[in-house]
Amino acid sequence: MNSDNASAYWAANVRLLTICLVIWFVVSFGFGILLVEPMNSIKLGGYKLGFWFAQQGSIYVFVILVFFYAWRMGQIDRKFDVHEE
Amino acid sequence: MTNLQIWTYALVGLSFALYFYIAYRAQAGSTSDFYVAGGGVHPIANGMATAADWMSAASFISMAGIIAFKGYDASVYLMGWTGGYVLMAMLLAPYLRKFGKFTVPEFVGDRYHSKIARIVAVICLIIISLTYVIGQMKGVGVTFSRFLGVSMEVGLVVGMIIVFFYSAFGGMKGITYTQIAQYVVLILAYTIPVAFISFNLTGNPIPQIGLGAQLTDGSNMYLLDKLDQVVTDLGFKSYTDQHDTTINIFLLTMTLMIGTAGLPHVIIRFFTVPKVADARSSAGWALIFIALLYTTAPAVGAMARLNLMQTVQTGPVGSPDGNLSIEGRPQWMKNWEPTDLIKFEDKNGDGRIQYYNDGGLGKAQSDFAAANKALADAKDKTAAQANVDKAQAALDKATAAHAATKFGGFGWKGNEMTKVDNDIMVLANPEIAKLPNWVIALVAAGGIAAALSTAAGLLLAIASAVSHDLMKGIFTPNISDKTELMASRIAITIAILLAGYMGLHPPGFAAEVVALAFGLAASSIFPVLMMGIFSKRINGIGAILGMLTGIGVTLVYIFWFKGWFFVQGTEMAANIPANWLFGISPEAFGTVGAIANFAVAILVSRVTAPPPAHIQELVESVRIPRGASSAIAH
Repeated sequence: MNSDNASAYWAANVRLLTICLVIWFVVSFGFGILLVEPMNSIKLGGYKLGFWFAQQGSIYVFVILVFFYAWRMGQIDRKFDVHEE
Repeated sequence: MTNLQIWTYALVGLSFALYFYIAYRAQAGSTSDFYVAGGGVHPIANGMATAADWMSAASFISMAGIIAFKGYDASVYLMGWTGGYVLMAMLLAPYLRKFGKFTVPEFVGDRYHSKIARIVAVICLIIISLTYVIGQMKGVGVTFSRFLGVSMEVGLVVGMIIVFFYSAFGGMKGITYTQIAQYVVLILAYTIPVAFISFNLTGNPIPQIGLGAQLTDGSNMYLLDKLDQVVTDLGFKSYTDQHDTTINIFLLTMTLMIGTAGLPHVIIRFFTVPKVADARSSAGWALIFIALLYTTAPAVGAMARLNLMQTVQTGPVGSPDGNLSIEGRPQWMKNWEPTDLIKFEDKNGDGRIQYYNDGGLGKAQSDFAAANKALADAKDKTAAQANVDKAQAALDKATAAHAATKFGGFGWKGNEMTKVDNDIMVLANPEIAKLPNWVIALVAAGGIAAALSTAAGLLLAIASAVSHDLMKGIFTPNISDKTELMASRIAITIAILLAGYMGLHPPGFAAEVVALAFGLAASSIFPVLMMGIFSKRINGIGAILGMLTGIGVTLVYIFWFKGWFFVQGTEMAANIPANWLFGISPEAFGTVGAIANFAVAILVSRVTAPPPAHIQELVESVRIPRGASSAIAH
């Protein structure tokens, strides 16, 4: 494969994983740690929202993120014709 | 033999029989079988095995107890030990799978074109894995001794024999399929008791929902609000609020995340799947299976804490009969008293137990008792007497301060639950909730499964580092596949014996080494792998200096506060927040080490020659999925 295609593929990957890592950071370090006190003024059932993100929500988002990344990368692999047979 | 012991022997015995059967069926015939299970494990199966590999005796037994006593602050472990999988899935696993070799140091050696880099990586790997495995062996011994009534030594030896059988013969293949069975045992053992407890407290058997639900005790209060109220009434810190500093929580979470992503025994699991795309999805499956336990743990912690507080504080705080009477204490307390995991002392002689935060009075009391005991044994009576006088003065001060609090007004004389160990929260949980004996026996089998599966994975990482990286890779490159297979079996046997010995004679620093393992993985292995994939410019000298700086900075900081090589008395400053750099605890410092690693590697590489063309091509090729073969030797 030519090197233009390879660098375009890599750029697409880096873009996607940057988006995913921003979300990763926001739900854990953002909602669960840095913003935990303001978030805690909102309630989700019996959970304070910041507490919920720190002990439950961030973990759910992590799972979704990893599967989303795997699925989207599968599409990108095929688009740039670098997928495995 | 009691009914419980019969159940325990039956369930533990059955689970062992299952592991043996699997190991027998999955014997390794080649080095590829041994190191990476032949590279043919289905991503879901690999995810499940990774989850069992990852979740140790500490995750299973201790984590919920830590959450129970620290509340929100314990979130660092929940986020830290799951968020690392996001980093691994996106930044490391697929590319290392494409690289297609057997071990982590092998990638470091090839990418940085340097045997020294490979050796530095091997040393980091062995320190990380060995410190980790000691704790597992101890966990096996402890679980055996508590539930089966054998001594801890016997339990440990039995555990060693079992691990030996399926790891030495089956290698990664045997370990992988055994770990799948172990995952099933441990997740059932973890979730069944808490489903009962959640149903009892809230009417909802799903613990993740029960934790946010209202209690069915007629108060209509939310469980977490009730818990906050109960603990603060007794002077403890509120459960759902933050008490540690933000910088510490932030950096500790980050250290655990990047440390997780840099743990070699977890990374090598992703070498066992057939394709690059499988490595990505397998990380997701691993995280689902891990999340099942990690989202349940907060419910276990909170519910166990509430049950414990309400067992002791039966009525309004301060009313004369509001506390548990010693005679009427429940059977589970009596069962666990001989283990010394739970202790009480009727300080005010009212025949009841008070469990509350006495503001340091209890500590002053035990310090005073210890000083008196030291005086009785001491040769130098003057010095010991001076210590007693000092302790007496501290005790008088604490007593006066305590008398002025509302608890002093109730006639309480200090906290009477003098010990409640973290571990009891999971181990005694089914008894506290009065669940049937088979559930308790299942918890024993689950604890053993958690410890064994992690120990096996770590031992394999050590064995492959020795036989593949040191022998085949560096010292005796000409050995045949068959000789290498034999060498790895010998290496794993020696590693088991060493780990067993260390488990029987744990070094005094056993508790500290976990911080060390994550700090080292975060500051050395994660940065060097990530830069190796995401930068073509980082060269060998940059990577080596970066790793050494990262480890150096982290080690010096840990040793500074915990003593050089953990030798007591050699610490340079007391391990208290006032002395910490920017208030960062030694456990959280790995992130700073990682930043130092990145900075040094980038600076040094910038002023030295770029890596040769074939290394740049190697980086190009690991970035592209196509052309991945199953993991092979050189």
